[in-house]
Amino acid sequence: MTTETIPQAPAPVQSRGNRKQARRNTLIGWTFILPNFLGFLAFTLIPVVAAFALSFMEWTSFSAPKWIGLANFERMFASDSFWIALRNTVVYALGHVPLTMALALLLAMLLNRKLKGIGFFRVAIFFPYITSLVAVAVVWNMLFSPDSGPINQFLGAIGIANPPGWTSSSDWAMPAVIITSVWRDMGYYMVLYLAGLQAIPTELYEAAEVDGASAWQRFWNVTIPSLRPTTFFVVVMLTVSSFKVFDLIVVMTNGGPGRSTTVLSQLIYQEGIGEGKFGYSSAISLVLFIIVLTVTVLQFKIQQRRER
Amino acid sequence: MTNMAEDLKATHLTDAAPSPSAAPSAEDRRRTDRKRSPREAKKRTANIVIYGVLVVLVVALMVPFIWMLSSSLKENNQVLTVPIQWIPQEFVWSNYTDIWTRIPMMGYLQNSLYLAVIITCLQVLTGSLAAYGFSKVRFPGRDVLFLAYIGTIAVPWQAYMVPQYIMMQNLGLTNSFNALILLQAFGAFGVFLMRQYYMTIPDELCEAARIDGLSEYGIWARVILPLSKPALASLALLTFVNTWNDYMGPFIYLTSNRLWTVQLGLRSFVGQFDAEYAMIMTGSVISVIPILIIFLIGQRYFIQGIATSGMKG
Repeated sequence: MTTETIPQAPAPVQSRGNRKQARRNTLIGWTFILPNFLGFLAFTLIPVVAAFALSFMEWTSFSAPKWIGLANFERMFASDSFWIALRNTVVYALGHVPLTMALALLLAMLLNRKLKGIGFFRVAIFFPYITSLVAVAVVWNMLFSPDSGPINQFLGAIGIANPPGWTSSSDWAMPAVIITSVWRDMGYYMVLYLAGLQAIPTELYEAAEVDGASAWQRFWNVTIPSLRPTTFFVVVMLTVSSFKVFDLIVVMTNGGPGRSTTVLSQLIYQEGIGEGKFGYSSAISLVLFIIVLTVTVLQFKIQQRRER
Repeated sequence: MTNMAEDLKATHLTDAAPSPSAAPSAEDRRRTDRKRSPREAKKRTANIVIYGVLVVLVVALMVPFIWMLSSSLKENNQVLTVPIQWIPQEFVWSNYTDIWTRIPMMGYLQNSLYLAVIITCLQVLTGSLAAYGFSKVRFPGRDVLFLAYIGTIAVPWQAYMVPQYIMMQNLGLTNSFNALILLQAFGAFGVFLMRQYYMTIPDELCEAARIDGLSEYGIWARVILPLSKPALASLALLTFVNTWNDYMGPFIYLTSNRLWTVQLGLRSFVGQFDAEYAMIMTGSVISVIPILIIFLIGQRYFIQGIATSGMKG
């Protein structure tokens, strides 16, 4: 009476018992899945599909939905706010992805050794990742305070006469956000890199050492190639999360000063929930989704080519 | 601090890390101390250097927390001083008693706790049930359905928050906890994480239980659940912390002050009294403490959860 009989029984004439068993299994399987699936269907799957449909409709909180084809997209591509938000999101990603990746790898290599108490250091570096975002944003805002904040005092002490205004300057607000997010996220990616490093067989390093490879050569020719699957995963995760950045910016700068840190997610929120332009905001979210999807597929293709 | 390091070492990364069996016994150590070869001496110096680097690094990375704690015990005008005072001149403990009357902090904490507990329980229960269906019961259409789950993990949440909002508005659930519970308790991530773990449990175990006459529900409750305690702990802790820390969900759905979570309350306090530096930091410390406690108790499961959902995906 096993579940295995179903895939193993592609015989043309199925016995009655087998079919009955299959029906029973289907029923049992669905009862397990159903409690979660109902919630998932109603509050995730349907909204996802609706978001696609809505982007081709005119629908505001004051009017009934109406099919308008690509008009939302035309309006979006002609709008200043969209291009500014897109540019800011890309700038954020270009800062956040490489910095977090490099620091996470560096930390992982430093912490990948057997030392008494190493666990404490790992845990300490991971902790910012699960600290509440509001607390993180509030503290960093104060650290970045232009006149007497600790960061500018430090910069002054090492001889920088004219330190930046950080969150109060439209040029430096984005770097401030990036620094905060790198600090917050690198512990998480460090854990992923640690797992990757620990999967590299020590024989590889021993063989390289016998061949007379220097530490740098071992890093470049053993560590980096062996970490490729981890790096792929890290880059995809980081890029996707960068394009989704939302709450950190809302709490830290709320898009300002001016529009210097407004990102796509925030624009979706403002247009959709703030102003009730449901159709138009869905068009922006479709663009966000396509960007995320393209980046993922592209990286997947590059990864595949490297493996060949 | 050293004491803590000892404690954590015992549980850190037990799965991923190479076993610490290489640590020499006390007797070995005594022997090597007596006749320390130059090579070992060199290794010893290298270790001291690495410890030095690590200590400096961790202290530097912990500066925001140190600053937060020290500022929370100051007067407002002592927070942003030149030069920086890392240790308050006098400790203003009253910040920690005054905050409860300045803002309804207790109510915020209760709201956060309520949401986090309900969402975590529902997520763990429905997630582990669904994961059993997806990994241990075979039926047509199962894998396609699972693909739909995985597919939505890839869609940014922001892309469908507007339809979700319209839906909740029509159901009359905005400005209520129910909206957040319904939106967050049935996440695809929980199903994915639990399924990854259930796949590592051999099917033969379920098979044996079936032959012994246990029903599928019996197998889930008596065989699989006891075996998946680490995964359940990972999912529960990750969900709890995510819900506790969530800002955007409550920000969108909870408009009346009496429903606010700690995160919303803290953010609004900052908006209203942006010069009350010390009190803001006191609130931040209070909002982080529950997470710190949970993290210290279950840090092993956090890291396992990340390794499971991340690396085997």
